[in-house]
Amino acid sequence: MTTSPAPINDPIAAGIARGWKVVDASTLVHPRQIECDVVVIGTGAGGGVTADLLSRAGLAVVLVEEGPLKSSRDFKMREADAYPALYWESAARKTRDKAINILQGRAVGGSTTVNWTSSFRTPPATLAFWREHFGLADYTPEALDVHFARAEARLGIEPWATAPNTNNDLLRKGATALGIPVGTIRRNVRGCWNLGYCGVGCPTNAKQSMLVTTIPAALDRGAWLYTRTRALRFEFTGNRVARLTCVALAPDGLTPTSNTLSIHARHYVVAGGAINSPALLLRSDTPDPYRRLGLHTFLHPTVISAALFESRVDGYAGAPQSVYSDHFLERDPIDGRLGFKLEVPPLHPVLFASTLPGFGAVHTELMHQFAHAHVQIALLRDGFHSESRGGTVALGSDGMPVLDYPLTPVIWDGARRALLAMAEIQFAAGAQKVYPVHERAEGYSTVAAARAAIAELPLKPLLTRVVSAHVMGGCGMAADERRGVVDGRGRHFQLENLSVFDGSLFPTSIGANPQLSIYGIVGRLAGELAARLSGGAAPILA
Amino acid sequence: MQRRTFLRLSILGAAVLGAGAVALRFTGRASPEAARNDARVVLRAAIPALLAGVLPPEPGAREAARQQALDRTMGAIDGLPEGTREELDQLFGLLASHPGRWLAGVDWETATPEQVAAFLQRWRTSSFDLFVVGYQAMHDLVLGSWYADPSTWEAIGYPGPAQL
Repeated sequence: MTTSPAPINDPIAAGIARGWKVVDASTLVHPRQIECDVVVIGTGAGGGVTADLLSRAGLAVVLVEEGPLKSSRDFKMREADAYPALYWESAARKTRDKAINILQGRAVGGSTTVNWTSSFRTPPATLAFWREHFGLADYTPEALDVHFARAEARLGIEPWATAPNTNNDLLRKGATALGIPVGTIRRNVRGCWNLGYCGVGCPTNAKQSMLVTTIPAALDRGAWLYTRTRALRFEFTGNRVARLTCVALAPDGLTPTSNTLSIHARHYVVAGGAINSPALLLRSDTPDPYRRLGLHTFLHPTVISAALFESRVDGYAGAPQSVYSDHFLERDPIDGRLGFKLEVPPLHPVLFASTLPGFGAVHTELMHQFAHAHVQIALLRDGFHSESRGGTVALGSDGMPVLDYPLTPVIWDGARRALLAMAEIQFAAGAQKVYPVHERAEGYSTVAAARAAIAELPLKPLLTRVVSAHVMGGCGMAADERRGVVDGRGRHFQLENLSVFDGSLFPTSIGANPQLSIYGIVGRLAGELAARLSGGAAPILA
Repeated sequence: MQRRTFLRLSILGAAVLGAGAVALRFTGRASPEAARNDARVVLRAAIPALLAGVLPPEPGAREAARQQALDRTMGAIDGLPEGTREELDQLFGLLASHPGRWLAGVDWETATPEQVAAFLQRWRTSSFDLFVVGYQAMHDLVLGSWYADPSTWEAIGYPGPAQL
């Protein structure tokens, strides 16, 4: 008989028990007036780091989060529970034309609660482009090195030392057979159980998301956290924000109530992610004299290639992402034809079934091969080529954001090369059949057949499955107000007590999974803000 | 695709859908209960086509599985934000209406799974984005929510998450 393992400690439950100031706004019966030094809107990568640093400097911080507070005891590794509870639009947020499906977290911890833990520093070529085109002179690898290093130390970011799961190993194997170099992904985990369910909330608290690191640190220092609270709009007096009005959501977490929370702060930090942050500023009629707001939203548009293998792959088991290749990012100049990063996604039944094209017997047949499926994804690096200018966030009639993202010919050119590269790697790894994920594609049994088919596929919106898990831009930073919404410190050009500290800062896409870029860059900016507001030294992530 | 069907889709489809959208905008939304009924009528017919090869052949078990698929799909819709639910209400409201049935070439209550499958295939491969969007919404909702349930996992060789 085996002994049962020790129960998993839930740091959120423990924190609440020792008196954290957490308010689920759906339980409020009266409006609230709140005063603080800084209100931070959003609790993801940007908001979490900001709250940690500001509270470290002794500032009174209020965190506002639209999603719920969920923790390891809620994380049952079930897609059916996790998608509605932890993601925007049940993991089916879409662009206006429905052509791109966007995975974005909506819970305390934001996307860090549900991401796949891949951690890359901002590539030097991306920073060089920012310096050259946006005047961001101090965005050098050298200047950011200490900030990335602190985030890495704080969040346990290390190369994954365990053997990759089969799904990742097939990318390594096929690429290596073709002479394509691969690397080992660094992950923000401590004591990872190698379960494979990062995307539905880590059940063991091994993932060093904001939920279990920076936010508990801020709450331990007395910060307030309001959940199920939607930031509606700012009010302005002159060139200052005077107030933030929020609305409490109903217990369903979706429906706004008539209950408002009115927050007055010395400083306001917007960190709601690159769709919601520009939307909040748009709803508030924020000054935008050069029409920069909500423009240039980037997604790393991602295309998918599935393959079947004779032996089991079990793509649901084990660290979801541990192998990558930047080979196709490095072949062309950064502003040339679009490069792409190759990775694999974890495979779970709901996402797999809804992403596979076709229906009826064809779909059922593929589902029966679920355990034998290996899938690769190619993340296109958008925002550098002159014909890849990203999307635009606007407001729908209900005031909620809508993202228009035109899939331009240069993106389809990259998508076709990516589908071809993935098919070739999959066959080189021993695939029996390869399925480019496209409504008009079939399963191909030879590399020649796949090549011929991919060359002819009509690559158009909706026909080609395009997905994204990385939303960036929309409140881009630049050295001057003609090129950006905020300056290189994240300060709004027209409003002196408003900063943007999340992925919406980025003037292009990153060209890599963005979480560590947000941790490092916001770590620097929030440290500077904390020093300015507190009059002390800049606090550091530790 | 037959030429007649194609013409019906291409010439009148956009007009009918456009008119439907305009009418909805002018008349406001159907009551939530009416919208849910429309969704049930269409999805009930679409489920045996989308899940062909999955639903058991024995009539009693088949009907029970069809009902489960419908319940799970409606549950998935309930979890979506208001704006997305409104869009789905428009889609199903139109498909359940007389012009919509004519447009789809399907009478939902009496259609065979083969007839519904032919409709789904037409919309899937249509050159009208609106139809492809409608097809993909049904595809994602029905197939995704079906495989959300642990009872479906054995058939696909998925052992489910580990017991911690």
